[in-house]
Amino acid sequence: MVTDWLFYFFAALTVIAGFLVALSRSPVNAAMNMILSFIGIAGLFVLLETFFLAVLQILVYAGAIVVLFLFIIMLIDPERLPKPHKLSTIGSALVAAGLTAGWFAVLQAPTVALPTKVAAESFTGGRAPAATARVFGEVLFSQYLLPFEVAGFLLLIAMLGVIVISKHYRPATTRKEGGSV
Amino acid sequence: MTVGLFHYLAVSGLLFIAGVLGVLLRRNVLVVFMSLELMLTASISALVAFSRFNATPDNPMMGGNVFVLFIIAIAACEVAVGLAIIVALWRRRQTVDLAELKGMKQ
Repeated sequence: MVTDWLFYFFAALTVIAGFLVALSRSPVNAAMNMILSFIGIAGLFVLLETFFLAVLQILVYAGAIVVLFLFIIMLIDPERLPKPHKLSTIGSALVAAGLTAGWFAVLQAPTVALPTKVAAESFTGGRAPAATARVFGEVLFSQYLLPFEVAGFLLLIAMLGVIVISKHYRPATTRKEGGSV
Repeated sequence: MTVGLFHYLAVSGLLFIAGVLGVLLRRNVLVVFMSLELMLTASISALVAFSRFNATPDNPMMGGNVFVLFIIAIAACEVAVGLAIIVALWRRRQTVDLAELKGMKQ
């Protein structure tokens, strides 16, 4: 099956790049690995036949968000931080291993009863319901109209908030001096 | 074994754990913030996988997909505001090291 191999390829890309984000010491490397991880996620969305969300993932995450991160990294040019303590490294690794074991235990527990069997049938039967942007538009402007408007307003508020935060407030005394000069 | 819901959930869980590891391990505020984004993306992929695998022609399960759309919008807001805060912090303290930023503790 080609799709199975594609799934394993994108899954490996996503997970390995994700761990490299967590493990790389240079922020620029972390940002580059984050792009790779998001591209892998977009590939998984394509395999799930959710093409619109795959495009959004590339445009918004791998495009806009990572570019913002890179802008800020280039702008403030942070120094290379020292390696974390051995104790915190071991602790973090233990927490990660415990979470991994717990997650796979949950996935395999019979009480959770993942609907895999039903899913496999519905997945093969017919075309994906959320394949096109048209479906999203129809739902978004009928059933989810109010949340959509609220999200738009939230974007506006975030923009204003960013302007207020990043405005350079000078202390009153220096401003007076600047005015007199 | 054909690829099913289990595989997609395994990937999203592993990506989330990578994010947790980054948050716990790194001292650079920017990398911690990137790891938070990774965790958000992991939850997004779980949502998409669930809604795709439970969708039927009668019930297309658009709720999960639309939820993802809103999560992406809110993540964009969050990144903009968070990076502005980091820049403001840099202006004031000239550092991105979390070990040095303990003003709230004292």
